[in-house]
Amino acid sequence: MKIENNFWNTVKKKYSIYLILVALFIVCSLANPNFLSVNNLTNISRQLSVTTILALGATMLIISGMLDLSSGSVLALAGVFAVSAYKATGSLLIAITVGILTGVICNVINAIMISTFKAPPFIATLAMLTVARGVALLFTKGQNILQLGNFVELGQGSIGIIPIPIIFLIVIAIFTWYLLNHTRFGRSLYAVGGNEEASIASGINVHKVKYTAFIINGLFVGIAGVLFMSRVNAGLPNGAINYEFTALTAAIIGGTSFSGGVGTVGGTLAGAFIVGFLDNIMNLTNVDSYMQQIVRGTIIALAVIYDIRTRNRRANSMLGRIEDKGVDGK
Amino acid sequence: MNEKIKLRVSQIEKLFPGVKALDKIDFAVKKGSVHVLCGENGAGKSTLMKIINGIYQPDSGQIFIDEKPVKINNPIQARTLGISMIFQEMSYVPEMTVEENIFLGNLPVKRFGNVNWKEVRQRTKELLLAENLPYSPTTPLKDLTISDIQMLEIIKAISYKSDIIIMDEPTSAITHKEVEKLFVKIRDLKARGVSIIYISHKLDEVFQIADEITVLRDGTVVESHPKEELDIETVIALMVGRKLTTKFPKEQIDIGEDMLKVENLNCTNVFHNINFHVRKGEILGFAGLMGAGRTEVMRSLFGLDAKTSGVVKIDGQEVTITNVRQSIEHGMVMLSEDRRRYGIIPMRSVKENTTLSYLKRVFYGYRNHKKVEKKLVSDILNKMRIKTPTIDTPIATLSGGNQQKVVLAKWMIRNPDILILDEPTRGIDVGAKLEIYKLMTDLAKEGKVVIIVSSELPEVIGMCDRIYVMAKGTITGEINREDFSQELIMRYATGTLTSDGVN
Repeated sequence: MKIENNFWNTVKKKYSIYLILVALFIVCSLANPNFLSVNNLTNISRQLSVTTILALGATMLIISGMLDLSSGSVLALAGVFAVSAYKATGSLLIAITVGILTGVICNVINAIMISTFKAPPFIATLAMLTVARGVALLFTKGQNILQLGNFVELGQGSIGIIPIPIIFLIVIAIFTWYLLNHTRFGRSLYAVGGNEEASIASGINVHKVKYTAFIINGLFVGIAGVLFMSRVNAGLPNGAINYEFTALTAAIIGGTSFSGGVGTVGGTLAGAFIVGFLDNIMNLTNVDSYMQQIVRGTIIALAVIYDIRTRNRRANSMLGRIEDKGVDGK
Repeated sequence: MNEKIKLRVSQIEKLFPGVKALDKIDFAVKKGSVHVLCGENGAGKSTLMKIINGIYQPDSGQIFIDEKPVKINNPIQARTLGISMIFQEMSYVPEMTVEENIFLGNLPVKRFGNVNWKEVRQRTKELLLAENLPYSPTTPLKDLTISDIQMLEIIKAISYKSDIIIMDEPTSAITHKEVEKLFVKIRDLKARGVSIIYISHKLDEVFQIADEITVLRDGTVVESHPKEELDIETVIALMVGRKLTTKFPKEQIDIGEDMLKVENLNCTNVFHNINFHVRKGEILGFAGLMGAGRTEVMRSLFGLDAKTSGVVKIDGQEVTITNVRQSIEHGMVMLSEDRRRYGIIPMRSVKENTTLSYLKRVFYGYRNHKKVEKKLVSDILNKMRIKTPTIDTPIATLSGGNQQKVVLAKWMIRNPDILILDEPTRGIDVGAKLEIYKLMTDLAKEGKVVIIVSSELPEVIGMCDRIYVMAKGTITGEINREDFSQELIMRYATGTLTSDGVN
């Protein structure tokens, strides 16, 4: 009887997020017939792929005890740079390279502030959020870049029946899963987030781990930037506002713990789809858009409370974490 | 002695998922007496105390105060019933002042809800004066020692007019002298009719202070007696359920060449002129009082903290160690004194905690070799007799002793030549202690070097071949095994004696 109990506890703990996803899918299908249409589902997945790629980067960072508030802005910056590069050269490869480079450079700067100068991640990436958006607006003089020709193929095209952004998402998700589960970097990431001082005392190169995490995050943000601009077929310096919060929401709902050291790719994917399905069904059923915000916020709050309660850890709010990190000079 | 029962618990039971933490506990504390609870880690002492303090609720059973049944739902309610608890690991806000700390959560207010600081100051002064403590009410806690803060906690308990004070391992982080001070205070409290429940692993201290001793094992009360009817050997035997024939598994081992030699190691304002050497097969002790600089020397050797000058030679070769990775490469590893802070990744599994020091061994060829990792971890766990439900169990759920052994296992898989152990047995149970001593002996037999930093004199005396004593940031004495005595060590440690030729 005890074993059975434990078994159910494990199932509940490990798979509850997937059960919720499936349940939500069924409820959505019943609530609105349009939900299950191929058109709607491909649409959701196209929209979701960009934020989910950000969420995968965010997951890695949160696991290691950091976070990135700048991903939405850096996405826009990388996107407008990539779009301009495409307009100038007509080469998709160059555009993607420019986008990725922009994402990586911004995130190396994040890493310098956080790892080398010990700035709290919250503040450092908040600064980057502002600066990157400013650079994007300055560079475009606040104007959208239009008439992009074939650039749109990347975001709106498909290979077979699978939309190209989804292929990117799948590849990035597998890559992230591989990193987290099959590399020294992944194992170190969990350790650093779980207890940084103990990781140092165990011979983990914490600087290297943090820099690597940000560089990979930059790679993801850069790719997301290109996909986003391509899908909307324009270079929008004001695009992707608040995407960082959508990404964080997905990671948190997916069970990534803000206390660090806990999080999975599967959880984040499920979290991202839960958010995506909810948004979609609320749109389909004409829920007021202000109401949607309230629902979304409430879900974040519930997810965090659930995380704290199930893991029975000390309530480590985002700000509490910053205080922890802020004074850890010694 | 006053025979009146102050606190009684009857048939207390507490279940945690998978374990019965407490099984029909009966336990009574007399008024104005010190009642010591002994038991290995995981025996249920802390759980029982948390129930009495209202942090946990019992699944069944009853608590009586002055023979009247009470229900304690939370620590605040416990406080109003006269119960205060002083925790093993005190958390405090370093910037907070003495007076703020004492009245935290209980600040007197004026009519409009604003704090009456005048009264706070006044009452703090009175309390400090009454208890004969030399601090100013405005001193920030960061300027006080752990022992001072402990005294403040006691004062706080007095200010609540508590007549039951629970102390969980109060001497684990304070010096001998401070222990004396604490005991004076405890005797004083006792004379005023306060009942004290005292939890400790340090049996010599227990026998100094106890009126009665209750031994817990596996969530049950084994026996409860007045101190006079017990001795240390008996209590240990009751705790572990077996009689320990020899306390320290020390063996005679042939000692070889110099393995590690440290010359003129300095770190400004922390330690100076550190010279020592240790030979293959030797177990070397570092004794001294808290704050003598022993931990700092070791951390610096291991690459955790910087040093300003000095030469370190391993196997005759001068080595540069500026970070932990370099130290590990040279075969030197260190078990830290603070397990929670520097030892474990609490939410990660036993497996991940074990292989953290040697990721190369299980991640190669572009993947994680799960089978290799599982075998590596299972083998070391078996060898070190570490008890865990599975290797995927989060380490935080293990008992302190088992956690410590996992942290040690993390280093053992590196097969180190030099093992530095900083307070390796602090806060762990007798069984686990013995295992760790055995491991030290085994390593020495293989011709390796074990350096042990410990504040427990019986431990260094029992296990070491040679002891260096430190005081005020430098080595004051070197003692060979044949000359070991607690008195000699203490004379070096207090700086009243300095031997020739150590510097």
